Amino acid sequence: MELVNPILEFKKTCVSYSKQTMAVKYVSAAIERNTITAIMGPSGCGKSTLLRAANLMHALYPNIRVDGEILLNGQNILSMEPIEVRRKIGMVFQRPTPFPTMSIYDNVLAGYSLNGIRLSKSERNEIVEKCLRNVALWDEVKDVLNKKGTFLSGGQQQRLCIARALAMKPEVLLMDEPTSALDPIATKHIEDLILELQKDVTILIVTHNMGQAKRISSRSMFMYLGDLVEYDDTEKMFSNPTDERTRAYLTGKMG
Amino acid sequence: MIMNDMKILQRLYTDKIFKIAVCLFAALTAIPLFAILGEVLIKGYSQLSWSFFTEPTPTAYKAMQAVAAGEPIPGGIANGIIGSVIMLGMATVVAVPIGILCGVYLAENSKKRFAIIVSYITDLLQGTPSVIIGIITYVWVVVPMKGYSAIAGSVALFIMMLPLIIRSTEETVKILPASLKEAGLALGGNNARVTLKVILPSAFGGIFTGILLAVSRVIGETAPLMFTALGCSFIRWDIDKPISAVPLLIWEFFNDPNLQELIWGASLFLLIFVLSLNLTAKYFAKKWNS
Ligand SMILES: Nc1ncnc2c1ncn2[C@@H]1O[C@H](COP(=O)(O)OP(=O)(O)OP(=O)(O)O)[C@@H](O)[C@H]1O
Ligand SMILES: [Mg+2]
Repeated sequence: MELVNPILEFKKTCVSYSKQTMAVKYVSAAIERNTITAIMGPSGCGKSTLLRAANLMHALYPNIRVDGEILLNGQNILSMEPIEVRRKIGMVFQRPTPFPTMSIYDNVLAGYSLNGIRLSKSERNEIVEKCLRNVALWDEVKDVLNKKGTFLSGGQQQRLCIARALAMKPEVLLMDEPTSALDPIATKHIEDLILELQKDVTILIVTHNMGQAKRISSRSMFMYLGDLVEYDDTEKMFSNPTDERTRAYLTGKMG
Repeated sequence: MIMNDMKILQRLYTDKIFKIAVCLFAALTAIPLFAILGEVLIKGYSQLSWSFFTEPTPTAYKAMQAVAAGEPIPGGIANGIIGSVIMLGMATVVAVPIGILCGVYLAENSKKRFAIIVSYITDLLQGTPSVIIGIITYVWVVVPMKGYSAIAGSVALFIMMLPLIIRSTEETVKILPASLKEAGLALGGNNARVTLKVILPSAFGGIFTGILLAVSRVIGETAPLMFTALGCSFIRWDIDKPISAVPLLIWEFFNDPNLQELIWGASLFLLIFVLSLNLTAKYFAKKWNS
């Protein structure tokens, strides 16, 4: 596997929730710019933990410890201000999390208001329309922009959350099983959207769905019990995995 | 087979008995409430009139004349209503922001030592008898200010409301999903903005309900106001002078044989006020949860 222009790089990244156990162990991997990279692995292997570390979510919880380095464009984000990092590295969660008291319109702009950035009315309208078009939600919601975000269906809510993350123009978008709470049609929508987005943003996506990883990602990681077991081109990994554990997982012999 | 049927029957039977017992006890607890309501309603109803709400307490002399002539007692409780509103208003305006800030702090830092201490003090404050709060406020406010006043009264009410607002805010914020805060922070918001724009609006229903309940809880407080507001027999708007309040009036009416008729009107007013605050609070809690 060849890296031309990496944007994000994990260097011996370790994450632990307590002194005794490590949830992520010495993960080293570089993520190629403007690609989609999938993270797979059985439940509890540390996928979410790794992803959340790249968004500095651990800073919220004093018991979580992160060691090693995570580089964004060569700079170690672990020693940067979380606020600054999170503007560049966006995150979409497993369950859609539209802000329940905000309208659809305000949800898209939430990143700006939460950063204290003032925009003119025309700028706001422009961002909302552009971002909602980006996630193919505009036509569905353009007449109900003042309704609450929670009024939408699950799939629409998730697209709204992606639009909200994109509105901040992040360089990297982290997605933690963004379609696991959605039906197949909504899932298809989001997959198409992710494929479309990679020209603007680098995507790192956790998925339990091997079909999904195959359909959308160009590279894949396989994690097991906190270790990064294998990291390769998706095609190579699915056709000819190097590690026995990867093979077992991909052929359904491991939960 | 028959054994089985018997068992099911038996179970249904016990189920039924249990249900009846539950209903019975529920009814039993409702009896005192309806008895109180009924008594106050019957006795106070005839008192209520427009002038009862717009006129201050009658002088003892006028009341005596009316009683002697067998006429209804003139005047009303306007001085008490205005005093209550002023003191509750001032107490609420100060207690709400402080209580909310404190509640949010406790909810988000529940493991910190300082938070644990504050939480403990909140519990103590909530359990402190109101008469003690009255005495303390007397020493802290009335003595240095050299006189009873609406300000002193509202300080006492403020101290009583504070723990209630802190607790309700804390509880509401605690049950919000962590994902809400994480989503706000993931967008690059700082803690203060996420709290202000995401957490507090989402918790608004619960916090508002808590405020209403706190108001309804202290509106009937009499003891702390005796040490602080003292009372006043005419309508007054100054906050640095003694002032009346509805529960204080009830106590005064009780002590004056000529004014005893007015107790019931004032009590009815207080009860209706508290009940409607409670119902509004319930309505809000429900609306926000759905
Ligand atoms: N908040 C937490 N506190 C303590 N341990 C945790 C916490 N979150 C996760 N863990 C532990 O860390 C390990 C990795 O969890 P993680 O959530 O990253 O797994 P995952 O690969 O995302 O699993 P899933 O596919 O089920 O989402 C697990 O053993 C889990 O028990
Ligand atoms: Mg996970």
